Amino acid sequence: MDKVLFGDNQFFAVNHASDEKARTQFIQFKENAAIINVIDQAIDLGINTFMCTTHDRISSICDHLRNHPERYKNFNIYPCMPYAHKYANALTELGIIETIKQYVPGSIFGTFAKGGFAFVNKDFVKLMELLIDAEMKMFKGINTPVIFIQNVIVDMILGLKMYSLLSAYDSYIREKYKAEPGYITMNMPLLLDTLNSLGIENPIICSSINKIGFRMSGGIELYEKYLNEKQFRPIAMQVLGAGTLRPKESIEYLGKFSKIESVLFGASSKGHIKETKKLIEQYIS
Amino acid sequence: MIKGAIVGLGKMGLSHAAILGAHPCVDFVAVCDTSSLVLSAFKKFSNVKTYNDYKEMVEKESLDFLLVATPTRFHYPMVKCALEHDLHVFCEKPFSLTTQEGQELVELTSKSGLINQVGYHNHFIATFRELKRLLKVGVLGDLVHFMGEAYGPVVVKEKGVTWRSKSEEGGGCLYDYASHVLNLIQEIIGRPVEARGSQLKSIFSKGVEDAVYCLLTLENNVSGLLSVNWSDETYRKMSTTLTVIGKNGKIICDATEIKIFLKNPVKKENLDKGWTIKRITDFAIPVNFYLRGEEYSAQIDNFIDCIINKEYSVFNNFEQGLYTDKVIEFILDDSKKK
Repeated sequence: MDKVLFGDNQFFAVNHASDEKARTQFIQFKENAAIINVIDQAIDLGINTFMCTTHDRISSICDHLRNHPERYKNFNIYPCMPYAHKYANALTELGIIETIKQYVPGSIFGTFAKGGFAFVNKDFVKLMELLIDAEMKMFKGINTPVIFIQNVIVDMILGLKMYSLLSAYDSYIREKYKAEPGYITMNMPLLLDTLNSLGIENPIICSSINKIGFRMSGGIELYEKYLNEKQFRPIAMQVLGAGTLRPKESIEYLGKFSKIESVLFGASSKGHIKETKKLIEQYIS
Repeated sequence: MIKGAIVGLGKMGLSHAAILGAHPCVDFVAVCDTSSLVLSAFKKFSNVKTYNDYKEMVEKESLDFLLVATPTRFHYPMVKCALEHDLHVFCEKPFSLTTQEGQELVELTSKSGLINQVGYHNHFIATFRELKRLLKVGVLGDLVHFMGEAYGPVVVKEKGVTWRSKSEEGGGCLYDYASHVLNLIQEIIGRPVEARGSQLKSIFSKGVEDAVYCLLTLENNVSGLLSVNWSDETYRKMSTTLTVIGKNGKIICDATEIKIFLKNPVKKENLDKGWTIKRITDFAIPVNFYLRGEEYSAQIDNFIDCIINKEYSVFNNFEQGLYTDKVIEFILDDSKKK
């Protein structure tokens, strides 16, 4: 993995420090061209990986990448699925069965030829695979060497203790997409212990890592212990503690942990991208 | 270990199930729902027992508490059943569909001493707590006006019929969305005692309102506005804001930050003249397990702590939930006046 991973929160009105700022960014990135423009600036500064949710608008960005193969030939996308709001809104509005019908490709009865929903009831893993395929469709022809499952799903599975779904995800991503499965979580120590207990070793885990312990469930001491002692491939996100820390002090903090492989960050201006990238390269070994 | 179960496995029920499952003091033993699809997932992937009849679950499992996350019209019979079986109860919001039913449940709990809590999770967001504290110490001086707002993209197109399309089942924006804001106003600024000019507007929904606007007067004689609209797609997700104006300035508070403007500084609070911004990161409530927001875990932690310590919850008890239902009721009555 590259040391510097460019994120997409700023494009889709996600801002953990300020709802107001989030809405301003929503206006700023109304046009896909504005998003592509910032991605191009990041590429020009030497960033080659874009880590993004499977938001509907990402498919237009993917079209642009496919239409300019020469320009983006070394560019990677790390998809993070699913874009949870899409499903959450559908669940509230349509209920479970209709949501599945809407998002599983093709006719549900066609897909599950052997008895429609009776089959769905028994084969959740197959259903998960179909949903993964549906989410991955937009990335066809684009390099996706690591494929992430979003924290809301990972953490839900952890809490419900439905661990075998994690194993199923892990092997499906490896087999079907020849990619490395990645996990985003707000509960890193619990996730790592769980994955290890399932026989998944040295996993890629993206979690909040910052000096103030923001969104580090279980506590900053436990996180630091795991970063120092356990075997895994950490990606640090929310490194600025939702904007309360200065870039230098936050990246310097990450530098204390030699295990951290990559840092995920999002920014809207060339100046910020340049500054953060430089700091990451300086402090992350 | 405290033994608990959930009835109702919709979006909130599943989220509660995960939080309870990860809670170190809770033995989460059973779930109940009418969806065979959801139950078969629990059967196949987890160790909890599954039921499609809550009475059977309450009878068969020796529970300490029941969490009720079904559509609102089922709250009354389910909560009543749980209380009659001596179970502590966490009930999703809004509490009850009629205040008579809610009143009966409040009386049952006050006799029994059972712990009771309603899922108004905003009280577990540190910014709103800080707003309450600042108002209590009087940084704004005499209050003049307030505004309680919530906007979000729940219903943004004409849609089919679900339980949320029926006003008599509490499916509209008033019960579902505005209740959060009313409860915040009630607990942070003062209990509303009168509504005037209430407008319930349908935008895309059939049979229920998508927006609620009204003028509220509080028990402390402060008046202010309620403005709630769940068909506003300029917001990515629900966004709730309280603005309070006093003689000494103004506070604007949402789930991420508090913006304070003061005419005169308040030294003991270290607040200068002019603007001060406080962020959620300054005082977020730490949790051991995170799913969708600290507040969802923190409210369950509070409920479990209350059971362990045998102390009534100061946050979101049934009486407070019932009061919000009463406010909803008088807004509804006012909206029907010609």
